[in-house]
Amino acid sequence: MKALLLAAFLALTPIAAQAVQPDEVLPDPALEGRAREISKDLRCLVCQNQSIDDSNAPLARDLRVLVRERLTAGDSNDQVVHYVTDRYGDYVLLRPPFKATTLFLWIGPFVILAIGAIGTALYLRGRKGAAVAAGGDTAPLTEDERRRLDALLRKEDA
Amino acid sequence: MRRLIFLLPLLLFVGVGVAFFLGFERDPRDIPSALIDKPVPDFALPALAGHKEGLSSPMLKGDVTLVNVFASWCIPCKAEHPVITRLSKELGVTVRGINYKDKTEDAVDWLRRNGDPYASVGADLDGRVSIDWGVYGVPETYLVDRQGRIRFKQVGPLTPQVVEEQLLPMIKHLRAAS
Repeated sequence: MKALLLAAFLALTPIAAQAVQPDEVLPDPALEGRAREISKDLRCLVCQNQSIDDSNAPLARDLRVLVRERLTAGDSNDQVVHYVTDRYGDYVLLRPPFKATTLFLWIGPFVILAIGAIGTALYLRGRKGAAVAAGGDTAPLTEDERRRLDALLRKEDA
Repeated sequence: MRRLIFLLPLLLFVGVGVAFFLGFERDPRDIPSALIDKPVPDFALPALAGHKEGLSSPMLKGDVTLVNVFASWCIPCKAEHPVITRLSKELGVTVRGINYKDKTEDAVDWLRRNGDPYASVGADLDGRVSIDWGVYGVPETYLVDRQGRIRFKQVGPLTPQVVEEQLLPMIKHLRAAS
C-alpha cells in the first residue's frame, strides 16, 4: 500500500524541467546561483512564456551563457539585466518594471478595486438614507389604504 | 436616467471584450525593438567565404543600408530572398547580410543556389553579434541611416507589402534627409 502511494505520488509530481546544460554551469556556486536567479526573470523570446532558465531554445541557451559570462567578468546582477534589456527592451523582463508606461498595469487593479469599494459604500449609504427618509418607522396608513387592506384580509379569511 | 448606471458594468465589459478581441489581431512575436533610433552596436564580423568584406559598424555609416540577418537553415529566409534580391538588384538599395549561426559551406551553397544580393556578408557563427542587434529569430531586417542609426526593424520575412508601404518610403525619406 505504501509503495503504491509512493508510486502514485511520484507519478503525479511534475518533474522540474532542467534546461540548464551541465556544460553551462559555472564552477563557482555563488556565481551560478546568481546566474540562475537572473535567468529566471528573463523571458525567452522564442517561447515567450518561458524564462531562459527553463527554455530549451538555442537562443535561451545563448543568453544563459551570456549572463554567466557577464557575471564572470564581474558585472553586478543589475548590470547583467541592463545589458540584456539594452538589446531586447523591457519585454525580456518577466516582471515588468515600475515606470510611467507600466503605471496602469501595476496600479490599475487597485484603482478598480477602490472604485468598486467607493461605489459600494455610496450605494449602501444611499439605501440607508432612503430608509431614514421614509420615516424610520413606517408612516401611518392613510384611510384609503386601511380600507383596501381590510378588504384584502377579509377576502383571505373567507 | 439613474437606471442607466446599471448598464455601466455591461458597457465596461463590452469595452474590455472589444479591447481583448482586437488584441487577437496583434502578433505576439512582434516585439517592439529596443534599438530603434539607436546607433548600431559596435561589432566586427569576418567575411563569409566568397565575400571580400565582412560586416562591421563603421561600414554602416555614410549610406542608407539594409542589414538582413539570414541563415541557410531558415525556411522563411528563402521565402523573402526574392524580395531582398529585388531591393538590391532592381531598386539599388545597399543590402548587407549577417549570416546567423550557419555552417560556412551551407551558407555559401545557399547563396550560390538562390543568388547573392549582398554587398557584403558577415559570418556570425556563434550568434553573439546578433544578440547585440537584438535578434531573436531569423530572418530579421534592419534599416540603418547614414549616421549609422537603426531606424526600422522587420521581424520575420520582408514582404512586398512591407517594402512598398513602409520600407521604400522610409529609404527615400532617409536618403533625402541627409
